[in-house]
Amino acid sequence: MGWELEPRGEASRKANLAAPVIAVFGALVTGAILFTFLGHNGLSAVYEIFIAPLTNTYRWQDLLVKAAPLAIIATGLAIGFRANVWNIGAEGQYILGGLGGTWVALQTLDMTGGWILPAMILMGMIWGAAYAAVPAILKTKLGVNEILSSLMLNYVAIQLLYYLMRAPWKDPMAFGFPQTAMFTSDQTLPMMASGTLIHLGVPIAAAIALTAWGVMTRTIVGFQVRSVGASPKAARFAGFSASSTVWLALLVGGGLAGLAGILEASGPFGQMVPQFPTGYGYTAIIVAFLGRLNPLGILIASFVLALTYVGGENAQTAIGLPNAAAGVFQALMLFFLLGFDILASYRLKRTAPKPSPTANTSGVTPVEAEGARA
Amino acid sequence: MSVQLTVAIMMTIAGAATPLLIAALGELVVEKSGVLNLGVEGMMLIGAVAGFAVAYSTGVPTLGAIAALIAGALVSSVFAFLTLSLMANQVATGLALTIFGTGVSALIGAPFVGITTSTLGPLFAFDNPLLRLLFGHSPLVYLGIALTIAVWWFLKHSRPGLILRAVGESDDAAHAIGYPVLRIRYLAVLFGGAMAGLAGCYYSLVLTPMWAERLTAGRGWIAIALVVFASWKPGRVLLGAYLFGLVITMELQAKAAGFNMFAPEFLAALPYLATVAVLAIISFAPQGGANAPACLAKPFRATA
Repeated sequence: MGWELEPRGEASRKANLAAPVIAVFGALVTGAILFTFLGHNGLSAVYEIFIAPLTNTYRWQDLLVKAAPLAIIATGLAIGFRANVWNIGAEGQYILGGLGGTWVALQTLDMTGGWILPAMILMGMIWGAAYAAVPAILKTKLGVNEILSSLMLNYVAIQLLYYLMRAPWKDPMAFGFPQTAMFTSDQTLPMMASGTLIHLGVPIAAAIALTAWGVMTRTIVGFQVRSVGASPKAARFAGFSASSTVWLALLVGGGLAGLAGILEASGPFGQMVPQFPTGYGYTAIIVAFLGRLNPLGILIASFVLALTYVGGENAQTAIGLPNAAAGVFQALMLFFLLGFDILASYRLKRTAPKPSPTANTSGVTPVEAEGARA
Repeated sequence: MSVQLTVAIMMTIAGAATPLLIAALGELVVEKSGVLNLGVEGMMLIGAVAGFAVAYSTGVPTLGAIAALIAGALVSSVFAFLTLSLMANQVATGLALTIFGTGVSALIGAPFVGITTSTLGPLFAFDNPLLRLLFGHSPLVYLGIALTIAVWWFLKHSRPGLILRAVGESDDAAHAIGYPVLRIRYLAVLFGGAMAGLAGCYYSLVLTPMWAERLTAGRGWIAIALVVFASWKPGRVLLGAYLFGLVITMELQAKAAGFNMFAPEFLAALPYLATVAVLAIISFAPQGGANAPACLAKPFRATA
């Protein structure tokens, strides 16, 4: 008597929705055990990161502010992941977006007008998309793997940021600190309500996720992206070009990461500093997966991952847990999610000693099944 | 240029190349078996911190290196279980492994930040520059070269190596003949993890005998790119690793010499720019990138 995996004819919707919930709880339990093993108080780590921030209204605002960039970036990445385009350069595209908007801000420091902020936002998206165009060209023209090229450019973007802060863009009035001048009031995001932390970026994030959901489920472009990812061969027969999908995925992913960058720069930061990259571009990968590559799911997942940021800071001050603790919980969530995914395409079945030879007769690999689920 | 300086530069190149070489050879074996593990950076960080912690607490750097080897294999077993037994997406799981390794290593390493340990330095000290160049490296430098030959021989001339390649080229056929595809892939992934761990401890025990968060600074990704650059051939991995060692050494030497023509940030970005450039250039080669194992990153499930 043993257990066997039996392929499901159709991917299970229930398992698909349950996996993220199981993943979060699995990560909490495993995290608590792991932290205890590493000499910390595991239970209080879980409490301070995942529960304490929810008991405080100020932290709720912080959650919204941190969820916004995660949701924006993840929405863009998810489009690529659906099409099997692995853009993991969002961190660099986010930095370039911040820099593009900052460049506009530095040219317009002496000016006033309502056009300045939109111009900064537009330039941020352009720089982000342009940075993502590099892996897109390399992939479509030369067949260079976009995983490696987009990731390498993250390290380059950080050095570019350091360079600009150290010399050309440095504010001469900043007492030698490597940072730009503070943005003017025409260059900063308006607040949604006075006395709160919540800036215009929060409703923008929600609007983007909802738009992306509409586009992916209701338009031909969304269908193209999903088909190319699910079955490249079938998509080719349908006349969808693989290279235009690569371009679409990377430009949208880069543009949205750039948007998140300039919204952070003109919102919470209010200037450009070397500490600008906070890992949102990497965390958004987890948000995209935890949200099942679905923009609505991504909105929910962005809160869960924002919680690790807010809670991570809280745990640092409350119980002196290193900042890296949040990253461990994030990775554990992704591990559990990926591990439980198998239950969407297969069901566990008790078997008699002799296994039946019916396994996987459909010829559908799990990857294809995952795409078909979309 | 004096002989002393030339020797110093050549030794720096070997030092910078060795961790890339060891990690890339491990990843090469993994990929030859048909598995793509993008978690090299995370496994290297785990190896780096484990190596440092054990070397510091025992005072024996060799034990540190062994701990790094074991820790790398241990953390790679998580990847193996998820991707091989549970058929999870290899790209995503590899990314998760890197995020996990970055976090866990920072957590374990927090008490060790700012202290130094005894190093896994050269076994013999020589005044003669030529002797130093030949025999004055860390043992890991020689291990890297020996490993290149061993991996080449294993894949090309040994029976288990042939089976491993068969599994990577056609898992269904290998399974039909009766080879245990998953067991072979498990062993390959564990080997890759052990090598990444060992490569990681080169940073914390040889290059800079200390621990800092994200110590390996993306070198794990360069190691993965090296495998592509080398068209999955061990000899070319050696060549590529030493070429990158040269690029990294240029950065260090330019900084040390107060060479001001390029911004230091540009020099720091150079290895990553070079990686992108190299990936683009090899795609022009007659069979560039076409040499990838046929089953790379494809999940395998036994059919009866």
